[in-house]
Amino acid sequence: MSSGLPTPVPRPTLETAPFWEATAEGRLVLPCCDACGFVIWYPRMFCPECGSTAVHWIEASGAGTVYSYTVTRKGQGSYRDAGPYVMAYVELAEGPRVMTNIVGVDPGAVHIGQAVRVVFDDTGEGPALPRFTPA
Amino acid sequence: MPPVSIRGKACIAGVYEHPLREIPDRTVAQIHAEVALGALADAGLTLADVDAYFCAGDAPGFGALSMAEYLGLRDLRYLDSTETGGSSYLVHIGHAAAAIAAGKCSVALVTLAGKPRTGGAQPGGSGGFGSAPEFAFESLWGPTVPGNYALAAQRHMYEFGTTSAQLAEIKATASQHASHNPHAFLRDVVTVEEVLASPMVSDPLHRLDCCVITDGGGAVVVVSPEVARTLTRPVARILGHGEATKNTGNGRIDLTYTGAVWSGPRAFAEAGCTPADIDYASIYDSFTITVLITLEDLGFCERGRGGAFVADGGLLAPHGRLPFNTDGGGLCNNHPANRGGMTKVIEAVRQLRGEAHPAVQVPDCRLALAHGTGGALSTRMGSATLILGRDE
Repeated sequence: MSSGLPTPVPRPTLETAPFWEATAEGRLVLPCCDACGFVIWYPRMFCPECGSTAVHWIEASGAGTVYSYTVTRKGQGSYRDAGPYVMAYVELAEGPRVMTNIVGVDPGAVHIGQAVRVVFDDTGEGPALPRFTPA
Repeated sequence: MPPVSIRGKACIAGVYEHPLREIPDRTVAQIHAEVALGALADAGLTLADVDAYFCAGDAPGFGALSMAEYLGLRDLRYLDSTETGGSSYLVHIGHAAAAIAAGKCSVALVTLAGKPRTGGAQPGGSGGFGSAPEFAFESLWGPTVPGNYALAAQRHMYEFGTTSAQLAEIKATASQHASHNPHAFLRDVVTVEEVLASPMVSDPLHRLDCCVITDGGGAVVVVSPEVARTLTRPVARILGHGEATKNTGNGRIDLTYTGAVWSGPRAFAEAGCTPADIDYASIYDSFTITVLITLEDLGFCERGRGGAFVADGGLLAPHGRLPFNTDGGGLCNNHPANRGGMTKVIEAVRQLRGEAHPAVQVPDCRLALAHGTGGALSTRMGSATLILGRDE
């Protein structure tokens, strides 16, 4: 899909490549600690909760709720000419609260606690940006 | 053995705030030098007396090394370039006090300078964010500085019923204080209604909920009690210091409180006092919401009750519940280099010396608090609290 928002291209690293490779296939994956079960955000190759280096990737449901949001009236950098857009933290069903945009809805209709689901904006260079839209 | 403490073991002997707010013709290094010389002159000391130097990411080039050479500081025994954004300078003062208490140095100079208004991008520590591990998981979605603070404000409103009018009251009070400061960038008194009518920047924050963007700088000189006894100007005694960092909690971010919940109690414990004892407070004010949440976190009111605390002139000098930011703060007076910590300390020292503007001088001001915030509110941030006492 395309939300019409800018799609800056991420630069995957050894730690984050599996996350971005999954987005190219329309999947949201999250790192999870083998030892303590903590779902880690942002992606790291170790568990910052318990220190274990045994981390595997789990498939996220793509469901979440809006934890907080703001309508940014004028962005910076690649968002300079984007017009007003919604920046938000979404609490994923798996636990992490992640920074993202809420798209496909009038900004005035976004509210805290709103149920949302992930959508992917293709960057045209492989990875896609996970954004969220009302469920 | 009693716990080691810096209480009473170091003093702020000199302060200086650059009088200008737009400085197109000078380099950042030159502004560092002007404020350094100003603070030393205020203390009655010279560059030759300095044996410790502190600066943060606003210092150009190789930071402390470039600045020490430029300033002609030849005999340094102690250096610290801790970078925690706008809170750096309160951290530096705490570290300087500890170093002085440990006998490592006796005259510490702390400087800040920058030109975000006329000089474009800031030199120094702001260039490396692209390689930060969090960068790819935030920058792609268009965060802005006001946006980060707006996210905290929105959540606070949701959880506690805080209103835009309550936030606006903080700006309106600051503007009344600034009207007495001839150097303030914004000297006009604004009303709550005018704040609410100003353009929305990032909901729920309006333009007048945001601090000013100014060139400038400031400096502080911290000395041992032995050095202080040789000086004629009144000093501010450093009674307590606390610092803390807070971050996104491995993805379990909570936007409703800051690192002040830890830095505050550490400072109060060291100083042996409570929020109720504080006569004047300099509260970091990058945005109105920064003040409101910080007041709660420091224990001046209950969590979630910041809106009621700031309402009805609660922060107005000289007779409000807690007179704050009597220079007009970052919201109206000055936020040099996009870093408000230094000016927070400077106004607290003015209050303790009885040298604030008479219209806003707190009568018999004996105990002052200064608080700095760095980074993004409630997310990846540094908090630092100082408690200062009058010379007596």
